[in-house]
Amino acid sequence: MTELFFPPGLLLVLGALLMPLGLKVRNLLIFGLPVLCLALVWSLPADYVFTLPFLGFELEPVKVTSTGRVFATIFCIMALVGGIFAYRQASTLELAAAFAYAGSAIGVTLSGDLITLFIFWEVMAIGSTLVIWAAKHDGAYRASIRYLLIHLLGGLFLMAGIAGHVIDTGSIRFEALQLDSIAQYLILAGFLVNAGAPPFSAWIADAYPEASPSGSVFLSAFTTKTAVFTLIIAFPGTWILIPIGIFMIFYGIIYALLENDMRRILAYSIVNQVGFMVTGIGIGTEMALNGATAHAFAHIIYKALLLMSAGAVLYRTGKRRCTELGGLFQSMPWTTLLGTIGALAISSFPFTSGFVTKSMIAQSAADQHLMMVWFALAAASAGVFLHAGIKFPWFVFFQKDSGMRPPEAPGNMIVAMTVFALLCVGLGVFPQPLYDILPYTVSYEPYTAAHLVAQFQLLLFAGLAFFVLLPMMKRTLTISLDFDWFYRKLFPASSAIVEKILIVLQSNSIEGAKALLQGSKDLTKFKVLSRFHLADSWPTGSMVLWIGVILGGYLLMDIYL
Amino acid sequence: MNQETMSEKAINEKDKHWLLRQENIRKLWIGFIAVLVLTVVAGLFVHQHESFGIEDSFAFFAWYGFITCVGMVVFAKLLGIFLKRPEDYYDKVSEINEAHHD
Repeated sequence: MTELFFPPGLLLVLGALLMPLGLKVRNLLIFGLPVLCLALVWSLPADYVFTLPFLGFELEPVKVTSTGRVFATIFCIMALVGGIFAYRQASTLELAAAFAYAGSAIGVTLSGDLITLFIFWEVMAIGSTLVIWAAKHDGAYRASIRYLLIHLLGGLFLMAGIAGHVIDTGSIRFEALQLDSIAQYLILAGFLVNAGAPPFSAWIADAYPEASPSGSVFLSAFTTKTAVFTLIIAFPGTWILIPIGIFMIFYGIIYALLENDMRRILAYSIVNQVGFMVTGIGIGTEMALNGATAHAFAHIIYKALLLMSAGAVLYRTGKRRCTELGGLFQSMPWTTLLGTIGALAISSFPFTSGFVTKSMIAQSAADQHLMMVWFALAAASAGVFLHAGIKFPWFVFFQKDSGMRPPEAPGNMIVAMTVFALLCVGLGVFPQPLYDILPYTVSYEPYTAAHLVAQFQLLLFAGLAFFVLLPMMKRTLTISLDFDWFYRKLFPASSAIVEKILIVLQSNSIEGAKALLQGSKDLTKFKVLSRFHLADSWPTGSMVLWIGVILGGYLLMDIYL
Repeated sequence: MNQETMSEKAINEKDKHWLLRQENIRKLWIGFIAVLVLTVVAGLFVHQHESFGIEDSFAFFAWYGFITCVGMVVFAKLLGIFLKRPEDYYDKVSEINEAHHD
């Protein structure tokens, strides 16, 4: 019973604090903690709740739900395989931060009340900021501060919402919430900021690609998917999530098409993929929620795999722009192969994990007769192949020959990528183990002839469109404006203008004030009224005295009249 | 002169990885188009049943996938006219600010 006193996620958070003790300790923790945490999560019986009285509330620091367990499971796997990918190349700061980050994400998935959730939520923000920081270059530092500001804003929404919700209802339970008052909307907004929903989508593509090769792998997994988890629990079937999700899907595609930085392409596609999940949560049927949960599980694996292959390329070449890359398949064949498997999985190619998960969301849209949603999702599936499935491997590993012949990725990176590539294919071919742990019973058969033919037609003709339009896809040395323009350009620029005005005023004001004072003195001196006492200039002290007298008078009147 | 560049080209072609040679690229295209035709033909033998009607029409997913992708690329291209900026667009601001604060 004693080991249940602390949430499994806390294992990783506390373990992270021990990592600086030495390289051997650190590596032992990297391989041991996620396994231990996973074992702990699965040793707890379903519906297990651990309560803790706190300030008159009943906290539930550990509450096992079927949805939470799926997310905790994939987070543990992610921490382990990410650790394998990173442990030889990454700094101890990065690894410790990543584990604290992963642990707090697991903490969120197992929290039964909003206070516990909020605490882990904020630890996540700190851990992830430190992961970006660990890249130790100027751009990363500045990006991490912008990242932190957005997450503090999201945290603020969440905290205000939780406080309001507790006042409204008296309950701190983390369960399905009704959008009754502004408090619940604030909670929703707090969750959506972390999901990368509009207007705050830009932080993902701004911050993640600035992290180290391994840092962006960790970052891709936890924050947005924790937000998906909280939305599944708190706001299933909230219709507003459908348009938000659809917007995110197409936002991700369009911005990724415009992008030149290989990891930023993948960052935009995180928004795109989370959009599918958010849409599914908005639809809210059992099949849709199963689909969102399963898709989050599959997504973490193939997105990490894609970012690992991009990270390996960055590690070996030091280059991140598509315009500088190309032809790498000749000297990095394994990275190419494994990265391409990730690209096929994100495109929901048959016999990969995306095919058996994403289609549940589309199917639920069809079952609910949401025709527009279904058509949008079908177009988006083609678009995913376009912007991530082909574009990423094509521009990084194939296209023109950049002339670079970097050595193959280091062994530990290859091992990590192989594990995830096997999982991508394994889940695609044998989806049953994943279906078995989903929150609701699965009555869905992905491998029908109709579904296979539809998906092959959709994807392969999307591929045709890519190669036909290749001249239009030519990369340019540009970035794309986004909502972050407001806080990166407009606010600094306007503050600079205000500053300038203030400086001008400052230098002029002293002179001006003197002249004004002199002028007014001159003016009053010659005024007829200046003969009278009240029109004279008074010392401040006498004014305070008279105000005191007046207030005192009010007091006396109040008491005696 | 002309002959020399021609022979150079021929040597380059041989030096290239097999995947990058012109002849093989042509073969890959032929294979790709064959697969595309195959998926359309296969579509004739299965029944799509999403209950919207149109999804069961001839080669629906093929043309829908192609058209929507062309649409997205063109839309992105048009949006790019307004949204694209040089890579150092944001850095410039901070440089000005830093210079200002110095």
